[in-house]
Amino acid sequence: MPADLTGDQALDLTEAEDAEGRALAGLDALEESTVPTRPRWRRMLAAAYPPVLAVVIIIAIWQFLYDLDFTTDDVLPRPLDAWDAVSGFWHAGTFWPSIFGSLGYGALGFAIAAGFGTPLGLLIARVRPVRAGLGPIVTGLQNLPSVAWVPVAIIWFHLSPGTKLFVVVMGAFPSIANGVVAGVDQVPPIFLRVGQVLGARRLNLARHVIVPAVLPGYIGGLRQGWSFAWRSLMAAEIITVGLGHGLGQLLQEAQDQTDLAQGLAVIVLILAVGVAVEVVLFRPVERLVLRRRGLVVAGR
Amino acid sequence: MTVTTGRPKAVETVTAVQVNGVSKRYGRGPLVLDGIDLEASQGEFVSILGASGCGKSTLLSLVAGLEKTTAGTITTPAGRPSLMFQEAALYPWLTAGQNIGLALKLRGVPRQERAGEIERLLALVRLSGSADARPHELSGGMRQRVAMARALAQDARVLLMDEPFAALDAITRDALHDELVRLWSETGLTVVFVTHNVREAVRLGQRVVLLSSRPGRVLRSWDVAIDGPRRIESAAVANLSVEITDALRAEIARHAR
Repeated sequence: MPADLTGDQALDLTEAEDAEGRALAGLDALEESTVPTRPRWRRMLAAAYPPVLAVVIIIAIWQFLYDLDFTTDDVLPRPLDAWDAVSGFWHAGTFWPSIFGSLGYGALGFAIAAGFGTPLGLLIARVRPVRAGLGPIVTGLQNLPSVAWVPVAIIWFHLSPGTKLFVVVMGAFPSIANGVVAGVDQVPPIFLRVGQVLGARRLNLARHVIVPAVLPGYIGGLRQGWSFAWRSLMAAEIITVGLGHGLGQLLQEAQDQTDLAQGLAVIVLILAVGVAVEVVLFRPVERLVLRRRGLVVAGR
Repeated sequence: MTVTTGRPKAVETVTAVQVNGVSKRYGRGPLVLDGIDLEASQGEFVSILGASGCGKSTLLSLVAGLEKTTAGTITTPAGRPSLMFQEAALYPWLTAGQNIGLALKLRGVPRQERAGEIERLLALVRLSGSADARPHELSGGMRQRVAMARALAQDARVLLMDEPFAALDAITRDALHDELVRLWSETGLTVVFVTHNVREAVRLGQRVVLLSSRPGRVLRSWDVAIDGPRRIESAAVANLSVEITDALRAEIARHAR
């Protein structure tokens, strides 16, 4: 191949080739997207206002039911009572410690689950006997309510942080492992063939082709793993009350004091933290990965 | 059955691809290829034509070294061939330029030389402005040209093409025929082009080899003696296409039950 082909000038085009080139450039231009994109803030606003509106409507219905006054405040408190419960945590200084206490255990347990679930998923995906043996079990574990692990964990770890972490890890790792398996299974075979044609063997093939190809499935698995970790942690915290601060403890406290307003308020907090982690961490990463690959349409 | 080029040549021919008595079956399945003999000399453009089940894709996989032959030998004295598929199969997590860069990297081109090479290769397929575009932002024809640049980045002397334009619209396919012939004559590559489109085979090839189906055997080969530039609409292309189509139909009719 001549080394001096650096551009159209150097190509020394004949007239016919030049006409071909211009036709080709015209084809390329016609394929370009002409749909204008909306500005970023407009898109964020459009995404944010329906759920906000829904929350407002739910609170309005709650208030309306309260105003009908068909039952006592023990059974149906005012929305404002729930708000008072939250500000009560604030003044008692348990608001942030509870949230960050729970988040800390959730994050640590999730990290352990990822550290364990990722290599396990790779083994299941790539080693046939492991897949045949462990694959169905891991999938089954994904369906096991992780609260079932609490009694076992208490017998093994007593009332220690180990109990919470164990339950969280058992809740989260099957989803993460299955995410890896799904990601590996979904790598289009042609990507591997192209890698081979380009001369990529084992390590290069894994690094340049398999790992990036698995990424979307893996992120999906991590995201689901987090949601399982968070649920499992709440179950564990309710039962292991007395171990530091946590949202689960606040729930148990509400039950002990028959304080429905506090119970409902904590549920809202648990939801809010879950949504916050989703919105701040997982959704942007997932969207970035998918958009770069053209799997979601940008500008919507 | 041995296929000779039969084409008078002024210069000494150097073999680029030599396929001798190659058969292939998968596991205990039926024979896919049966005793294929095929030779392509350096700089030659060979079209391989056949209906479904002729093992065209299998033949290219074997020549590319992706699979092993059941019997027979394949040699590629010019070095490891490059292979293009019906899909561009660009990696969606890389830009067009990075896709080409990966081929360079895996070939061992040092980092500081890659940027210049990517630019040169993109200019070669007339996509100079598209280095930073992601594959999904490009049209099917543009993607296939990036795939072509990626194949050229391997610096292989032999380019194997497995129905590379079959999924494109007729206008784009026509434009890419021109592009391919231009690149072939500029680079001196040996091209083995598999297709089920008779006109495309004649439009592009210097030689057309017809394979039978189930199993694939070499039935016949034609030299395309058309001088100067040709188009898919050329009368000479049409005339030879009629003859080859008749032979192809006779082969297909053999399979009717």
